[in-house]
Amino acid sequence: MSRNLVELREVTMRFGGVTAIENLNMALPERGIAGLIGPNGAGKTTVFNVITGFYKPTEGHVRFKDRDITGLKTHEICSLGLARTFQNIRLFYNETALENVMIGRHVRRTHRWWETVLGLSGARQEERDIRAKAEQLLDRIGLSAYSGEKASSLPYGAQRRLEIARALATEPEFLLLDEPAAGMNPQESLELMNFIRQIRDEFDLTILLIEHDMKVVMGVCEHIWVLEYGKLIAEGDAAAIRSNPRVIEAYLGEDVNNAAD
Amino acid sequence: MNAKPAFNKRDAALTALALAVLYLFLWWADGSMAGALSWSFLPSPLNGYEIQILNLVAVYGILAISLNIIYGFTGMFSLGHAGFMAIGAYVSALCVLSPEQKEIMWIIDEILPPLAALHTPFWFSVILGGVVATIFALFIGIPVLRLGGDYLGIATLGFSEIIRVLIVNATPITNGSLGIKGIPCYTDLFTSFTWLIIVIFCTVRLLNSNFGNVLKAVRDDEIAAQVMGINVFHAKLFSFCLGAFLAGAGGALLGNLLTTIDPKMFTFLLTYNILMIVVAGGLGSITGSIIGSVIITVLLEWLRVVEEPLDLGFIHIPGIPGMRMVVFSVCLLIIILYRREGIMGMREITWNSIGRWFSSLGQSKEDKA
Repeated sequence: MSRNLVELREVTMRFGGVTAIENLNMALPERGIAGLIGPNGAGKTTVFNVITGFYKPTEGHVRFKDRDITGLKTHEICSLGLARTFQNIRLFYNETALENVMIGRHVRRTHRWWETVLGLSGARQEERDIRAKAEQLLDRIGLSAYSGEKASSLPYGAQRRLEIARALATEPEFLLLDEPAAGMNPQESLELMNFIRQIRDEFDLTILLIEHDMKVVMGVCEHIWVLEYGKLIAEGDAAAIRSNPRVIEAYLGEDVNNAAD
Repeated sequence: MNAKPAFNKRDAALTALALAVLYLFLWWADGSMAGALSWSFLPSPLNGYEIQILNLVAVYGILAISLNIIYGFTGMFSLGHAGFMAIGAYVSALCVLSPEQKEIMWIIDEILPPLAALHTPFWFSVILGGVVATIFALFIGIPVLRLGGDYLGIATLGFSEIIRVLIVNATPITNGSLGIKGIPCYTDLFTSFTWLIIVIFCTVRLLNSNFGNVLKAVRDDEIAAQVMGINVFHAKLFSFCLGAFLAGAGGALLGNLLTTIDPKMFTFLLTYNILMIVVAGGLGSITGSIIGSVIITVLLEWLRVVEEPLDLGFIHIPGIPGMRMVVFSVCLLIIILYRREGIMGMREITWNSIGRWFSSLGQSKEDKA
């Protein structure tokens, strides 16, 4: 049994009188692919925001690599090895695809800015490495054709993949994907599932994803949590979730078994 | 004038060539070439007024780049530029004036003893002006940079006014509203353009590196930048201080160019002039800032024509002082309405883009033939 990379311990998040997450416990084993599902407004993205440090949980703790990361700043959490994508894509739209990925490399940089201005050889070498690594990643993700294009001019699917490439550039161990299959047709979703498995193996990742496309969730996730109104109503593997009466009532609906097959 | 870091030999050679041409031009313009060579076919050098305009172009270029780093590249709407320039100009003036001059000039209050004895070389005073401006930027930036958008603009504008009021009232240091006169005119053509070239070289090097990408990332999307592990506050503070340093140095050069500084010079109008250059040239474009500073400085002088009295024989229009600012505002309105991104937008002129432009010219000629 591998150790847990990420743990949420009794996390509660309140906004004024609204309780967005209540007493949530989650544990993600290393190198697993897990899913977080639930109806709209169930608090899924809030969970992401708590893990990535945008919100400090009202109660409870988030642990990452056996370390309490509750209350750390977002950029500090990123440098520990955690990256995410956004539900509504948030690229740096005025920059080229390559520059977007290069920005992701910044967090691993060792040389200071004045070394770059003075043109010291170490800094110049690092600059070349950043560019080479970014090009390599773009190539791996299959976007090298768009390398010099502005991010805003990329087609939708390419923007989604660029966001993942940018996240991978920070060398994460844990990747959070917020609705990666949104707006994709069945063929593209299928490719996405393979893609998620591939990057997990290639980059040694632990992945947590939020998704509404049940085909993707059931197909790729090894473990699934179901949220409703901020409360965990079920967890387990795909088969257990599919047959769980509470989940069917709250979220999936009666005809899920027909749809998923 | 677009010194890209020399990644390859062709660019380095072309940059060196451009610099050589520029310095030859300056050598001719300031009249020392005629003195040294006494070739009869040389056109007569520029007069003092034209040289002054060229100097202003270089100084405004530095100032425009400094504001562009803050506003164009990092997306912080800062209106505190006049304040940083004032700090730079006063620090530099206090450094380069001789003790005797200071003793004569401070008539309201005695000058502070340690300042009275201060006497440093010009280049050092420019850097010190920048450093002091940076220290002020740190103090103002740490509380204020948490604000976003227009609020930051208002706060920095307030800072700039505070600096001005401080200068008026700190008579033992600044000689109050009398200002400082008789600053030696150290900013000649070579000095101003050398500073401009050093500034361009360093900023282009920085902005073309991944640090430039990081600043642009903060401008485009702060939240995504945080997720990418960028310490957004640090990045903003860095950019703000760098801009302030260059503004301070630019202010020091300006003081030594005009030889007279007083608090009234550093009002919001000065910030507005720089802002105009940056916006007209293109937010987020260094070449745009240079082009903008050339066009706007020259245009502002050239537009003095409209302020002169006009005699058409049957009708006589007296000169209206300030008319050129009206014409100028109209020009700016037209830019904002029809070309919002400015002359260059976020693009840069590089040797590559010049090469492409020439080859496309050749292409179209071949097509016609």
